Amino acid sequence: MLSRRLIPCLDVRDGMVVKGVRFRDHVVVGAIEELALRYRDEGADELVFYDITASPEQRTVDRRWVERVARLIDIPFCVAGGIRSVADARAVLHAGADKISVNTPALERPALIDELAAAFGVQCVVVGIDSLRDGDGEWRVRQYTGDPSRTRALPVRTLDWLVEAQRRGAGEIVLNCMGTDGVRGGYDLAQLQAARALCRVPLVASGGAGTMDHFADVFAQADVDAALAASVFHSGEIAIPALKHYLAGRGITVRPVEIADAP
Amino acid sequence: MKVAVVDSGGANIASVCFALQRLGVAAELTGDAAVIRTADRVLLPGVGAAAPAMARLRELNLVQTLREVSAPLLGICLGMQLLFDSSDEGDTPCLGLLPGQVGLLPDAPGVRIPHMGWNTLEPLRAVSLLDGVDHGAQAYFVHSYAAPVTDDCIAACTHSQRFAAMVQRGHVAGAQFHPERSASTGARVLRNFLEKGLA
Repeated sequence: MLSRRLIPCLDVRDGMVVKGVRFRDHVVVGAIEELALRYRDEGADELVFYDITASPEQRTVDRRWVERVARLIDIPFCVAGGIRSVADARAVLHAGADKISVNTPALERPALIDELAAAFGVQCVVVGIDSLRDGDGEWRVRQYTGDPSRTRALPVRTLDWLVEAQRRGAGEIVLNCMGTDGVRGGYDLAQLQAARALCRVPLVASGGAGTMDHFADVFAQADVDAALAASVFHSGEIAIPALKHYLAGRGITVRPVEIADAP
Repeated sequence: MKVAVVDSGGANIASVCFALQRLGVAAELTGDAAVIRTADRVLLPGVGAAAPAMARLRELNLVQTLREVSAPLLGICLGMQLLFDSSDEGDTPCLGLLPGQVGLLPDAPGVRIPHMGWNTLEPLRAVSLLDGVDHGAQAYFVHSYAAPVTDDCIAACTHSQRFAAMVQRGHVAGAQFHPERSASTGARVLRNFLEKGLA
């Protein structure tokens, strides 16, 4: 049976992993390779690296650290950050990333999703969606979220964009619920349930993890395939082995943490 | 030992080479038939779609070379699917080293396609490739198409239906999952392949 995945998210700025609250005020957490290895050893199922300033700075992700990570770890990882063409994506994938995630550039030019799916297959193409509930109760997408001074609200409804991204060839959707991000009050179950009802490809929940219960709830109630979190893992507040033990006890299928790593 | 990784144009080529490096093997990434013919081990990685991958092998003039290779040959992910007679993906004739046809995993309630993530291996035969891989070990899969469970299947997996997670027939083997990204289980499979061949 397919395991539910736990995915630490590493926001990268200037070659270091950083963490902000509600996408603001970033502080350095540690070096990229050191954290990648630590999470691999703790039983993370996958890693996501977001080069959070790439899109606002109009540049693509730095492929040098992508290759260093690819050499080092033996679990899959996804890279996001300013990938705006098939050539950008090819550079990152050929450096050793398993998947690429597009967000702002896909909103600017939705055909990018079709082009990436045609070039690499849908299994490599993740579409990240940053979403916030507006005053009228609708969830709508946000753009350039890596830089608060440039973040823009778009008129596009989150669920409409999810359906379009999927139709164009997204092989996985990461839904970043900005309203719950960084404040550790739990995932946005209502929004994720609404997304799940429309999402036929794997769906990754992002934003809001604070306790082990929150992970159990998002798997059990929103039926997501994976849960992404940053601060609770970076701070050590939740250790992945303990979390997996807890989830297994709640009847959720997870990949057991390996005891002896070296084969 | 000479290890050749076929430059099949897939996106996971670097990852496969790095995984071999972690096992202490400097593999040669190559599209050269002479190098492949004289290698002690040949790996055929692949990510993407069957038709462009076969077109790439034809372009490199490697179809006959791969059919005739006598060293142990391991196909990975799409590389494993290419070992079969044909794939429904783009209705593509493949290498024909293994009988059977690769098909799309069917939709089922609550089952997402592509099959993406860690899933359980069900070993079916005691072969050296599976030494140290226990029933219930998990491996990382990312695919929408899969090969059927035939006599050549040495390990199965289930996602909407049971399919071949690993195959072996003589000197030809394949893994539908990504051993280069399957932590210790994947490293074990690669090490078995390098050290023991396909006994």
